[in-house]
Amino acid sequence: MKRNDNTDNSLVREISNEKYKYGFTTDVHTEIMDRGLNEDVIRMISAKKGEPEWLLDFRLKAYNYWLTLEMPKWAHLDIPEIDYQNISYYADPTVKKDGPKSLDEIDPQLMNTFDKLGIPLEERLALSGGVAVDAVMDSVSVKTTFKQTLAEKGIIFCSISEAVREHPDLVKQYLGSVVNYRDNFYAALNSAVFSDGSFVYIPKGVRCPMELSTYFRINAAGTGQFERTLIVADDDSYVSYLEGCTAPMRDENQLHAAIVEIVVLDRAEVKYSTVQNWYPGDENGRGGVYNFVTKRGHLRGVNSKLSWTQVETGSAITWKYPSCVLSGDGSQGEFYSVALTNNYQQADTGTKMIHIGKNTSSTIISKGISAGHSQNSYRGLVRVAKNADGARNYSQCDSLLLGSKCGAHTFPYMDIHNETAIVEHEATTSKISEDQLFYCNQRGIPMEEAIGLIVNGYAKEVLNKLPMEFAVEAQRLLAVSLENTIG
Amino acid sequence: MNVSNIYIDLFRENRQVIDSGISPILNGCREAALEALQKYGLPATKQEEYLHFNAEELFRTDWGMNLGRLNMPVDYAEAFRCNVPNLSTLLYYLAGDTLVQSESAARVQTAEGVLIGSLNSLAKDYPELVGRYYAKIAKMERSGIAAINTLFAQDGLFVYVPDGVVVEKPVQLVSLLQSKVDMMVNRRILVVLGNNAQLKLLLCDHSIDSRNALSVQVVEAFVGSGSQFSYYDLEETHTANNRINELFIEQQADSSVELKTITLHNGKTRNSIFATLAGKGASLNVDGVAITDKQQQVDNYTYIDHKVSDCTSSELYKYVLDQESQGVFAGRVLVREDSQRTVAHQTNRNICLTRSARMFTQPQLEIYADDVKCSHGATVGQLDDKAMFYMQQRGISAAEARTLLMLAFVDEVIGNVKLEPLRDRLRRLVEKRFRGELGHCEGCNICK
Repeated sequence: MKRNDNTDNSLVREISNEKYKYGFTTDVHTEIMDRGLNEDVIRMISAKKGEPEWLLDFRLKAYNYWLTLEMPKWAHLDIPEIDYQNISYYADPTVKKDGPKSLDEIDPQLMNTFDKLGIPLEERLALSGGVAVDAVMDSVSVKTTFKQTLAEKGIIFCSISEAVREHPDLVKQYLGSVVNYRDNFYAALNSAVFSDGSFVYIPKGVRCPMELSTYFRINAAGTGQFERTLIVADDDSYVSYLEGCTAPMRDENQLHAAIVEIVVLDRAEVKYSTVQNWYPGDENGRGGVYNFVTKRGHLRGVNSKLSWTQVETGSAITWKYPSCVLSGDGSQGEFYSVALTNNYQQADTGTKMIHIGKNTSSTIISKGISAGHSQNSYRGLVRVAKNADGARNYSQCDSLLLGSKCGAHTFPYMDIHNETAIVEHEATTSKISEDQLFYCNQRGIPMEEAIGLIVNGYAKEVLNKLPMEFAVEAQRLLAVSLENTIG
Repeated sequence: MNVSNIYIDLFRENRQVIDSGISPILNGCREAALEALQKYGLPATKQEEYLHFNAEELFRTDWGMNLGRLNMPVDYAEAFRCNVPNLSTLLYYLAGDTLVQSESAARVQTAEGVLIGSLNSLAKDYPELVGRYYAKIAKMERSGIAAINTLFAQDGLFVYVPDGVVVEKPVQLVSLLQSKVDMMVNRRILVVLGNNAQLKLLLCDHSIDSRNALSVQVVEAFVGSGSQFSYYDLEETHTANNRINELFIEQQADSSVELKTITLHNGKTRNSIFATLAGKGASLNVDGVAITDKQQQVDNYTYIDHKVSDCTSSELYKYVLDQESQGVFAGRVLVREDSQRTVAHQTNRNICLTRSARMFTQPQLEIYADDVKCSHGATVGQLDDKAMFYMQQRGISAAEARTLLMLAFVDEVIGNVKLEPLRDRLRRLVEKRFRGELGHCEGCNICK
């Protein structure tokens, strides 16, 4: 073990580079595990978290399976070789120099970090927004707010490590039931080394009174983040969950390989919104986060509903397909996405809608925006199984190109085994309309603002699906990410 | 054993037989083909482009190949039943891969400089001309099919239309399969259009008996500046007939090409089209219809490369799938950097009539230029209930209403065929197909 004393002056860095305003690092004492991955590391992570035997077994099984796999190459991405032995798989910023480990005594520096990010950890601040927050820095959940209020309704919202301790039966029942550790390369890696993340359980008939939110931040250098989120919505319940992510600016690439599992039971509804703003690398494509995420919801219940909304502006490379397995009769899956890539960013993102139950429906709205030298791909699968009578899907994937050096690609897959299915896919690719730009310019709106305006209008359909506070942030984010794209 | 090795060994053992009597132009490309086949192998389902078409299994079958070019009798009279009434064509037959000219074609005096005939003999007579184009765009590193075809190619059709010449009559090539054993046939077609030339080519695939067969056909077409080329590919074979067809086409500036692939009856079919728009202002129209039932499989793959700016491409594929048949459509449009002002549209619409019919569609756009208008759409659905109800209410039986709706569905492609007699013929064939009177040709009873 070593200590990481970070002496960077965060303020100076922040001011000197406004383009990515979350690019500061925090001067907290972080305990970082040595780089490398082997069974001992996994045992150590498990021991640190005081995990039961079954979870360690699960991790080891996943690790041994991961060893047999190769990095997937099918995506339209140029991923440099990643040295998985040169990453630290655990970093804990809550460990104080001398003091005892305690989640309640949060390092004031840490509080500052989340304040800078605009995350109201103070509950009184949060009162106005009505958002319960679980903040995860590096590998550890820092603090969860509003726990008490939620507990009164029987809602469990805590870090997954805590859930393992407090609610082992629930975790054991659902963990890995949606995304098996054998699912893919990154899922296996995550299952082996996942550190923290959020656990949400909404009991039968409960409508969660506030938005639940997790804020993820990678702070320590040379580490990867492998969080795991598990959401279970029991019969007739409802929850809206938000996720935000940022990371400091570093020249090296950082790996983020998360798993999100959602179980939706009878007539329950889950809304999952993400604003992903990991550090995208600089304008020459140096640094940035590799975001390789497996997100999947299993709609087990009748008439259940799951809605994914994502605004992807960050990460050097994004590989992400939030999916819905629609096995409950009458279940509904939705996917709304805005993916913006600039400079040398690469994104291969989309969704999978697997129709298994009867009378299931799914909607896919994907808006890609590419600028600079970036490559932006939509990849989506709609599968209608043999017995999925009355399945209905509508997909629309539009791409907007800003600049002649970028690429926009669409790779939809439709696999239909049932004659009653109605499946539609539409996609268009075009550049920003000259007429619209001219109109704005002519009315005195400068070029940059005009582009921001048009892009926001283009993405409106998706942004409207976000909860209010997030929609505002997302809109700002789009404008910032588009700075200096005219050329 | 690796499938491609079977053919590599076969080639090595029979090299002399294959080469004998064949033009040095064709023989000269075999080494490169061998190398490519060794290096890349035959397509396997592991490759995304062949995910739903098991070519490996087809090639593994123990086929007879007529490498010694023995004369196999073919009953041409049978094929006449498949002709297009009211369409006067320059008619040629390919029996296996041997070209036979019909009497009518022999009588017609084509314009000066036009060459239509056996690829092998024309390659001997005009080695410089054929050598300039043969195996130039059939990229063997991209497709194991082009490699194996080039490795064994002995004959086929060669059409050359010099600058400024318009071939008025459509050239019709009827490929016939008749054999006493299960056969694999390798055919090669090379079409060269100079600048401002015009040609209509109609390819018909037929079988005269019901033996198992695999035909591997590679077509290369060069279309010069300002030329117009229409290509109609009609397959009416039977369920034991498998076909892998690859068309490579390269278009120069302001040329206009229409490609139509119509699969009415078959076993397993894979049609690939690799089109390169290499000159500004070129326009390409690629359409297809597939009507399948039983365990038939139709897999259409298209790859359109917008290499330069100001080109237009449009694609429309329609499938009607009945019983346990399977349809696959994968289309990719590549718009390269600086290919500005590209317009590319791609549409695939499908109707599944039964639960066990399966459709897999994958329309893809890959775009690296910004000033473009590209779109694609794909649907899988059923016949419109309201239209069905309306017609039944007017006294049209359910079966008839269904047929009418299906006819209307595919007519979007067939109605666009510019050759009027062919269009009428196709409409008639499609109608018969939908009515379950499967005999595509009057009096022909091979295809059940």
